[in-house]
Amino acid sequence: MENTLYELAKVIRSKNSGPFKITLDILFDEKSKYERVKNSGVLTKEIISKLYNIPKTSITGLIFFDQALGIKITFLRDISSGTIGDRDVYGAQQHAPLMEILIP
Amino acid sequence: MLECRILSPCGILGYGYPMESFLEGIKQEPHAIVVDAGSTDAGPHKLGAGIGIVSRMAVKKDLEPMLIYGIKKDIPIIIGSAGGAGAKPHVEWTLKIVKEILQENDIEEEIAVIWSDIPKQRVKEGLKNNIIIPLDNTSKLTEEIIDDTNGIVGQMGVEPILEVLKRGVKIIICGRAYDPAPFAAVGIYNGFKPALSYHLGKILECGALSAEPGTTKDCILGILRENDFLVKPLNKERKCSPISVAAHTFYEKDHPYILLGPGIRLDLSKCSFDQYENGVVRVSGSEIDYTDPYYIKMEGARKVAFRTFVIAGIRDPLMIEKIDKIEEDILKQVEAYFKEIPKSDYKINFYNYGKNGVMGEKEPERFRGYEIGLLMEVLAKDQELANTICAALRSTLLHYPYEGRKSTAGNLAFPFAPSDVEFGAVYEFSVYHLIEVKDGLELFRIEYLGG
Repeated sequence: MENTLYELAKVIRSKNSGPFKITLDILFDEKSKYERVKNSGVLTKEIISKLYNIPKTSITGLIFFDQALGIKITFLRDISSGTIGDRDVYGAQQHAPLMEILIP
Repeated sequence: MLECRILSPCGILGYGYPMESFLEGIKQEPHAIVVDAGSTDAGPHKLGAGIGIVSRMAVKKDLEPMLIYGIKKDIPIIIGSAGGAGAKPHVEWTLKIVKEILQENDIEEEIAVIWSDIPKQRVKEGLKNNIIIPLDNTSKLTEEIIDDTNGIVGQMGVEPILEVLKRGVKIIICGRAYDPAPFAAVGIYNGFKPALSYHLGKILECGALSAEPGTTKDCILGILRENDFLVKPLNKERKCSPISVAAHTFYEKDHPYILLGPGIRLDLSKCSFDQYENGVVRVSGSEIDYTDPYYIKMEGARKVAFRTFVIAGIRDPLMIEKIDKIEEDILKQVEAYFKEIPKSDYKINFYNYGKNGVMGEKEPERFRGYEIGLLMEVLAKDQELANTICAALRSTLLHYPYEGRKSTAGNLAFPFAPSDVEFGAVYEFSVYHLIEVKDGLELFRIEYLGG
């Protein structure tokens, strides 16, 4: 059965990592759920690039951290925090597209 | 010393904290009270305009118990990144509040100020000597950008704070500091491992955000020991769990377990997080490397435009259906009306809240709403031009006879009168670069006052 990332994760959030990057965190409270997402192979730079309509080269990292049962994805902002054309100064509301990702 | 206890009252000085939590922290006999006062999170405006994001009254309210109890207990009180961005006007603003509190409470105490402003000449020399590296996707630094930038600060590490601690000064106001550094300095000064001290600092600088429920508006205690540290909430309503603390290690950093700071590289890949006792988490295994050369991160902001904006609601389904086309037409009409003004002198942006206001081009979801919150923004080279164009933009859209319109009396629901808001200057982070230094002290001038 497939589940959405929203159903499996304890925390799905976004935030600035400095004024020029946005970082997405997906955190779990059970090892089995984390392993299931990690081993599914669904979370790739390709899917992030498609979901966020950004080139793969803008994604500076997609890292699994086993001890913390967490996944971190960081990408470059096209507009730096708080200047002309920025829509999210803290980068705190850029996580929603992750929620509907389907995990087998 | 068997353990070093550090009290962090809140995530940002001026955010506030419950007095009961603070007094619980004092009861644990902390060796220092440390608070972070700054961040780049709120954008470049603070640094560019030389102002903060919290009120003077809030900072005074938060600082008063910290200073009074700290002095009474004879322990250091350290403020990191004073005033929101740590530049000269921010530090001076904070210093004035500190002096006022001391005076009102008849306390005579020496104050150390660690300035973090970097003279423009120094940055220009760095440019010539090729020791400046752009971070992320910042542009290459030029003399012109340096001249346009309002004050450049460097993020200090522990070194200048250690100098002050060694002199025994109790009140320490830091300019811009790497967020964990003021906490780490206390641990290192008391003989604890730098890796553990920095890692604990990274957790404490956000107040009780690493607990559950997490918040920046409550106190937390860090306890450094020989080979590990403990994170302990001071409010019975909050508990730390291995997951909540490990998750916080992730917070607002681009990498989950490698953290780069002034002269250091923290490696948390071998860390373990376990439940020590109810609500208290034990962390061990943090590692540190010292970088060679030593780099300091610089921050600076410059003015790029003046803004005027207007907020209006749209509820008409015919208009909502055509909103993109209507906005395009309005742009053309305004440009045609102001044909004598070069297009490069101003810029108009539409934000359609309810549709793709938050994510813009990145929004993957298809619009299926019935109302739009429209934010129209005009950026121009001066305020008068921004006001002028915004007024014309607003009146043009209000009465624009788009194709198929039935609501011929007006297109916009303004929540306020007057509708247009003069915002003032808009800034950008123009400097976000590393500069090579010979050591962690070089750029930071320490000044001792009174006592």
